[in-house]
Amino acid sequence: MQDLAHHILDIAENSVRAHASLVVIRLQERPSEDLLRLEIIDNGEGMSEEMRRQVLSPFTTSRTERRVGLGLALLAQAAREAGGDCRVESTPFHGTRIVADFRLSHIDLKPIGDLGETMLVLAVGHSDTDFALEIERGGGLRRFDTQEIRASLGDAPLCSPTGLRVLRGHLGEVLGTRPTHPYGLKESPNAC
Amino acid sequence: MARLSVQSLNALRDQLQAERAGREGKCRATVIVHMGTCGISAGARQVMTALLGALEERGIADVAVSSSGCAGMCSREPMATVQRPGEAPVKYADLDEKKIVRVLDEHVIGGSIVKEYALAMGSERAG
Repeated sequence: MQDLAHHILDIAENSVRAHASLVVIRLQERPSEDLLRLEIIDNGEGMSEEMRRQVLSPFTTSRTERRVGLGLALLAQAAREAGGDCRVESTPFHGTRIVADFRLSHIDLKPIGDLGETMLVLAVGHSDTDFALEIERGGGLRRFDTQEIRASLGDAPLCSPTGLRVLRGHLGEVLGTRPTHPYGLKESPNAC
Repeated sequence: MARLSVQSLNALRDQLQAERAGREGKCRATVIVHMGTCGISAGARQVMTALLGALEERGIADVAVSSSGCAGMCSREPMATVQRPGEAPVKYADLDEKKIVRVLDEHVIGGSIVKEYALAMGSERAG
C-alpha cells in the first residue's frame, strides 16, 4: 500500500464484510505529541478475544475467517515503521475499533494520499453502509458523512451522475480541494 | 466444504439479490470491482475511480457499481465482474484505468465481451 488512504480503504472494507452499518474513520494530528492517530471504528459483528489477539499476524487468519487477512498486518507494519503501533479493540456483536499511531515527524511515515478517492469508492461501493470521515487538525474538526448525502439525494443512487457530483462536492468542501479531473479528486501529497 | 455460518448465508443472500436485481433489468448492468487487500494493492481503487469518472462523463445513470472482496485469484487483480441482465457474469482480470473504460464502452454499453481481458464467465462462491 503506497499511502494511508489505501490502508484506510482496505480496513474499512473489512468493516463492511463484518456487516457494519456505520464506519467512522478518524484522523487526528497532534503535533505537540508528535502523533498522527488513525482510528477506524465500526458497529459490525466484532470478533472473539482469540481472534482479536491473532488478527495483526499475517498468517493465522484467512482459513476459517475470510474477512480478515493481510490488511491489518500491513497497517500495523506501516505504523511500526513510522515509530508507532497498532492495536485492535473488539466486542463480539458490537463492533471493532482499530487504532494506528504514527510519529508525525518520522521519515518513514507514509503520505496520507487521496482520502477523497478512498471515501468516494467506499461510499459508492457499499449502498448498505454509511461512512464518516473526521479530520482533527490544528484545533479544527472537519467531517464528511454519507448519511447526510444519502438523505439529501433521496432515491438517486450515489453512483449516478448526480450522486457522484454531490459526493465530490461534499468531499471537496471537507478536504479543501476542488475536483479538477473527471477521474477523481486530486490533492497534494500529505494534504490531510 | 467449509461449515456454513449465518454470515456466509447473509453474504450469499445479498449477492443473489444483487444478481437478481441485475437480471430483472432494473439496471442496464452491474459492475462489481473486487476490493480485497490484494485488489487494492494492485490498483482496484484507481480502476473504480476511472469507471465512475467515465460513467459521469457519459451521463449514464442505470449502471450499478459496487465493491466486493477478493475473488480468490490475487495474482490477477485488479479484477471486476460485469453482469448484464439475463446474461452470465463475466470476470475481467489484470485491469487498469484504461482497460475498465474499454470494458464499460464495449461490454457494459455495447454488449460484446472484451475477450482480451476476460478471465472467465461465472461467479465465485460466496463465503
